[in-house]
Amino acid sequence: MNIIEAKNLTKKYNSLVAVDNVSFSVKKGEIFAFLGPNGAGKSTTIKMLTTVLRPTSGSMEINGFDPEKDAHEARKSFGIVFQDSSLDDRLTAYENLKYHGVLYGVPRDLLKKRIKEMLDFVDLWDRRKDIVKKFSGGMKRRLEVARGLLHHPAIFFLDEPTLGLDPQTRNYIWKYIKTLNKEKDITIFFTTHYMEEVEQHADRVAVIDHGKIVAGGSVDELKEQTSKESLEEAFIELTGRDIRDQEADGVEQMRQGMRH
Amino acid sequence: MRAIYIMWLRQLKRYYRSKARIVGSIGQPLLFLVALGFGFGPTFEKAGQGSYIQFLTPGIIVMSILFTALFSGIEIIWDRQFGFLKETLVAPVSRFEIVIGKTLGGATVAVFQGIIVMFAAMIIGFSPVSLGMVPFAIFFMFLIAILFAALGTAIASLLDDMQGFQLIMNFLVMPIFFLSGAIFPLEDTPEFIQVIASINPLSYGVDALRGTLTGITLYGYSTDLLVLGVLTAVVWAIGSYLFSRIQV
Repeated sequence: MNIIEAKNLTKKYNSLVAVDNVSFSVKKGEIFAFLGPNGAGKSTTIKMLTTVLRPTSGSMEINGFDPEKDAHEARKSFGIVFQDSSLDDRLTAYENLKYHGVLYGVPRDLLKKRIKEMLDFVDLWDRRKDIVKKFSGGMKRRLEVARGLLHHPAIFFLDEPTLGLDPQTRNYIWKYIKTLNKEKDITIFFTTHYMEEVEQHADRVAVIDHGKIVAGGSVDELKEQTSKESLEEAFIELTGRDIRDQEADGVEQMRQGMRH
Repeated sequence: MRAIYIMWLRQLKRYYRSKARIVGSIGQPLLFLVALGFGFGPTFEKAGQGSYIQFLTPGIIVMSILFTALFSGIEIIWDRQFGFLKETLVAPVSRFEIVIGKTLGGATVAVFQGIIVMFAAMIIGFSPVSLGMVPFAIFFMFLIAILFAALGTAIASLLDDMQGFQLIMNFLVMPIFFLSGAIFPLEDTPEFIQVIASINPLSYGVDALRGTLTGITLYGYSTDLLVLGVLTAVVWAIGSYLFSRIQV
């Protein structure tokens, strides 16, 4: 059963095509890696799937719901850890989770229990009364993982969840993710630039470049397709050696331009 | 309802924890009150207009509410820059509820400050003409606060950086404040000032508050209530619409 489905998904900013006719699907219970160089269209795709950006054309389905037409139900179906921190750093860890739980309509008594459960899960229960501002990058990330799971979503989106974290914290975060995936059958959709994370954890991979899907399959299949030894080499083979900062800026500029 | 409540509560907690903001936003109106009140007071009295502190206090209360409520709109830009807006936008809550929660939060903080300014004014010589009217004064404070918090939300929904917001604040807040009759009586001003004041929504807020606190009104309560009520509903609706269009 496919829990995420994207068909001919396209997002244009004036003449710039950020996501170009992208189709893919993710099966329930999978750990799915969505890879691509900077500015390839990863974040734009995630934003469309998670209801905060409207596609120019194409269709999507999240847990059986259309994020455009049935945003409310789609929103209940997923949890997300964004690329940049999205915590309120003036609130405590507990308050951040409580805010989230209330917005997601978790009943009062259950909410208390879940907050304790999730904070224990990411080893932050002792720090629940601390203002988030005082947290390190790794602690904030763990708190965001806890928050994203508080309403027991069917799908968990993680946009570069381990960016800028030390190896210890990265391992920790992955330990949580794997546990969830195994015990609660939560589908994981993640992006990363660390290829070893993909090799270790991903069931299936899609590679996006210049807004188009250029390859898909298991890690082994990608290596086979490109006749390379490692995923890193396969990735570079698929997406080329050029540095993409320029293009990322271009997309950002178009986005800015659209808003004014 | 719980969603609106938690968003309202968040706003109050953020306010309460930001001591610098509390001091800054109460200090400014007090400076105006003391400097203008004692500075122009003798001249005002010589012209036979009575106590200037008495006249000025409702105007300064409204100023404090105007600033705080409008700037609570800044929080949306702030939330956007610090990422928290995304957390709210992916939540299964209607955009209308989000705007109501945010607006009520900003308005509550603004009214709280207005009341503090009122008490401070009482220390330096202001006295409400009738204590029974104070609840009505607080009601009007809320109406003014909601109107401008919603306006701030609408404006902030259209902008994505602080610079733009500052610009609008300077070209909007200052004229709204100075041309509202908050610091001088409108009766004897040249006609063009009176015309501008009559299309300035804040004038009706100042008038209602001066009426309930000191017994003098220019436009009458029903006009004040009608203008503020209708505008609040309209701006709230526009603010919700603009906010619902935000994409990140």
